[in-house]
Amino acid sequence: MPHASDYIRFLPEIVLTVFGVVVMMLEAITSERQKASLGVLSLLGMAIAFAANIYAQTLPGQAFRGMIAVDGYGTFFRGLVLVVGFLCILMSFSYLERERAQAGEYYALILFSVVGQCVLATANDLMMVFIGIEISSIATYILAGFFRDDQRNNESALKYFLLGSFATAFLLYGIAWIYGLVGSTNLDEIRRGLASQSVSPILVGLAAGLMFVGFGFKVSVAPFQVWAPDVYQGAAAPVSAFMSAGPKAAAFAVFFRVFVTSFGPLNGRWMYVVWTCALFTMIIGNFAALLQSNVKRLLGYSSIAHAGYVLIAFTAHSQIGIAAAMFYLASYALMNIGAFAVVSHVAARHEKYVRIEDLSGLSRREPVTAALLSIFVFSLIGVPLTGGFFAKLYVFQAALNSHLVWLTVLGLINSAIAAYYYLKIVVAIYMREPGAAVAELPPPSFGERAAIWASALGVLFLGIFPSALLSFATVSSAAFR
Amino acid sequence: MNFLAITLALPLIGFFCLLLLPRHSKISAIALAATVLTFLASWGLIAPVRSSTAQFTSSINSLWIYSPGFQVHFHLGIDGINLWLILLTTLLAPIAVWISRSMITERQRNFLALLLLFEFGLIGVFSALDLFAFYVFWEIALVPMYLMVGFWGGQRRGHAAVKFFVYTMAGSVMMLGSIIYLHSQTGTFDYVEILNGIASGRVMLSSHQQLLLFLGFFAAFAVKVPIFPLHTWLPNTYAEAPMPATFLLAAAMSKMGAYGLIRYCLPLFPAAAQRCAGWIAVLAIIGILYGALLALIQPNIKRLIAFSSLSHLGFVVLGIFTFSQQGADGAVYQMIAHGISTGALFLIAGYLEQRRGSLEIADLGGIATPAPGLATAFLIALLASIGLPSLCNFIGEYLILQGAALTKFSWAAWAALGVILSAAYMLWMYQRTFWGKSSDQKHVIPDLTFRDWVPLLPLIVLMVWLGSYTQSFMPPISAATARILDQTSMSNEYRVDLILPGTTEFPR
Repeated sequence: MPHASDYIRFLPEIVLTVFGVVVMMLEAITSERQKASLGVLSLLGMAIAFAANIYAQTLPGQAFRGMIAVDGYGTFFRGLVLVVGFLCILMSFSYLERERAQAGEYYALILFSVVGQCVLATANDLMMVFIGIEISSIATYILAGFFRDDQRNNESALKYFLLGSFATAFLLYGIAWIYGLVGSTNLDEIRRGLASQSVSPILVGLAAGLMFVGFGFKVSVAPFQVWAPDVYQGAAAPVSAFMSAGPKAAAFAVFFRVFVTSFGPLNGRWMYVVWTCALFTMIIGNFAALLQSNVKRLLGYSSIAHAGYVLIAFTAHSQIGIAAAMFYLASYALMNIGAFAVVSHVAARHEKYVRIEDLSGLSRREPVTAALLSIFVFSLIGVPLTGGFFAKLYVFQAALNSHLVWLTVLGLINSAIAAYYYLKIVVAIYMREPGAAVAELPPPSFGERAAIWASALGVLFLGIFPSALLSFATVSSAAFR
Repeated sequence: MNFLAITLALPLIGFFCLLLLPRHSKISAIALAATVLTFLASWGLIAPVRSSTAQFTSSINSLWIYSPGFQVHFHLGIDGINLWLILLTTLLAPIAVWISRSMITERQRNFLALLLLFEFGLIGVFSALDLFAFYVFWEIALVPMYLMVGFWGGQRRGHAAVKFFVYTMAGSVMMLGSIIYLHSQTGTFDYVEILNGIASGRVMLSSHQQLLLFLGFFAAFAVKVPIFPLHTWLPNTYAEAPMPATFLLAAAMSKMGAYGLIRYCLPLFPAAAQRCAGWIAVLAIIGILYGALLALIQPNIKRLIAFSSLSHLGFVVLGIFTFSQQGADGAVYQMIAHGISTGALFLIAGYLEQRRGSLEIADLGGIATPAPGLATAFLIALLASIGLPSLCNFIGEYLILQGAALTKFSWAAWAALGVILSAAYMLWMYQRTFWGKSSDQKHVIPDLTFRDWVPLLPLIVLMVWLGSYTQSFMPPISAATARILDQTSMSNEYRVDLILPGTTEFPR
């Protein structure tokens, strides 16, 4: 019989599910003009879930017989995906308005997707991992193809769905192997089992490899990154923002938890694989981004490159490495959402204007939006006083503490190369004359403005006063193994 | 009262004022007030350096970022090396604001705001004593300059700005790598603590480690100076930037790299610095000669001064890597002198461009007749730049050559060629531009007005002052460079007492 504390630990997911279901039901009886109020309701749900998340942290421990584990690490990522969901809903209002597709199910799908991500953040059992991935992914597949009359939306959704299910199959196969080898799906049990029983290292390696493929797809690690740019380009801009921040952070969270908790003792074996993957992820992401002219595609490749930096922190396989990855994902989420929010604002109906040159002269028409976009871009480059800089610094610090000198040097060179393609955006907004896109640009709506400002303040806060979040990340990664 | 805190805070306050104030407020007056007040506040930094025997005065040290196992202090301080560089910066900033009022017509508010942010970054770079804070300021100075070049620059501004940023960024990330590695070895970012660690033997870096770390720092500084062959961003950027930005780039920003070399590369990695000194000196000499030869054939005054700047900065680098007291003193002195003389040259070139609409030498000629004041001012700055005795550049270049001669005579011999060449290209350019027949009789060239003389006069006074009474500036510089050479520890065998009065005693 579950104890009351089990429910408290699971409270954010419960709140989100209730709100998601209510939004779905209200959708049927809400008139077309009042659909936006469902979005406001979803925002409320997110806020309450965030409070519940903080409340749950006062009662850390496992729930439902070790199915989920509420610890600092889980709370951190739950909070992160909730913030991501909140900001994405904020910027979606005017996008849906513009496409004349205001609909309750859109908001409900975001809520459900976030439920899945919250489950992932705290999952302590491979079954929960699988359930979380499925809840999060299925909702995201639908979101990617939400505008069903749009060809690119369809392409995006189909690609995401086919490759995503393929990856999930790999993951499930890996889970099955592990169960066959150890007799349990609980992460702690697996660790103990691997340590005590004489299990064939080759079989364990194969199982871990299968799971690595599954997670690798979700976080777009080379060589499993091919889907990411197409999907981000095809999906609606707020959805791309969501996909590149929320599901990715959650997938990273569970990826690390599984590999550090269960396969931690085998670290020596998989480290070289991750080392190679981190390097190629950065290189492929950065070099492909150099050639892009579509902003969404550019940000898609850049998200691959950033996954590479997170993997560097993972390769370090240390407490500080985990803390660095946590901090990195948080600041990456904020700066990427901010950048996508501006892109979504400029894009106009049917995303007519999503090339880099469509941003030309933005500073002349909307100096504030332009300045905030350049903050996001400088943060993506890694210029000091932005979260992106501190995140990179901490990642490389973790790598050097683990004596990964070459990976650090190559990562640094990569981040200098990245400056080139990010600057194309700044050059367009500040150094070119306004084009058609900017000339007919309406002022940003309240939701867009709120999302952009909140992300920008967050990015600057993380860059100037990183202490609070960093201490939390370091302390919670210490309790994590 | 800590004047360093005030000096650092004023530009930042001015920056926010400019951003937040409503339209139609007197923006240029506010920017001017902020920079002039900063300059006045920076005078307060002089007295403590002169009176105190502590290594760093006017210190600020507070905890900035803390998490278990990771602390960053916001640590700043002043000694004889950065004192004059900060004063130079705070003097040049109001001049840049002053000339921006007429030279920048579009989006003046944004330009002035960026200029103030740039000043803030630069003061921070020069005063930082914590490697993390140093890197932060280093990049803060880069971003506004990038935007100033890119938004207000000439025809090919986008290209020039991106080249400038990516070049600098590539160097900076190498330095960042070194800073992080140094932190993982020593457990701190604090410059003074690391130096104490090295002195007490607590911090031990193998020669291999030293070399890698040294090269990381060197990459960033070499791009910024720039040292041949990393200079290719310089002519583009200088030529495309709007005149106030070129003025700041050449007069103030180019000192960042040289300052970094003497402040960080030498004392932190003495063995590696010794090991590379020969190579770097050769690169510096190539830079001196290459810059001078290219200056000789430039058809455009702005580009000509840019290449001459490259040539003069080669002297600074050479002086630093002689590891002699004279060389180091001369290098620091030359940084200040170069800032003032090159600044004045660009300033007057800006006036010329305003009047004539072009800086192509072929378009100019016979300007001395209609504008004698302009011609005279340019001549003074030009003579200072080529190192006429009793004007500022002479002292620095002389000391550097002497230091180089003590270390290796052939270095001094080759470098001296650069001095001769500088006289050739400068005087030849002057002859073609200011004398002879005017190529364009239709346009009247107005002479300098009172408004134009205002920023010029302090620079001319300083040229003479720096060139004729070194006593006012040299003692704190020598004290600080002697300390750095001590920390570099190989210095002793090269140290020869200076002939200059007042500099014979080196406080340890």
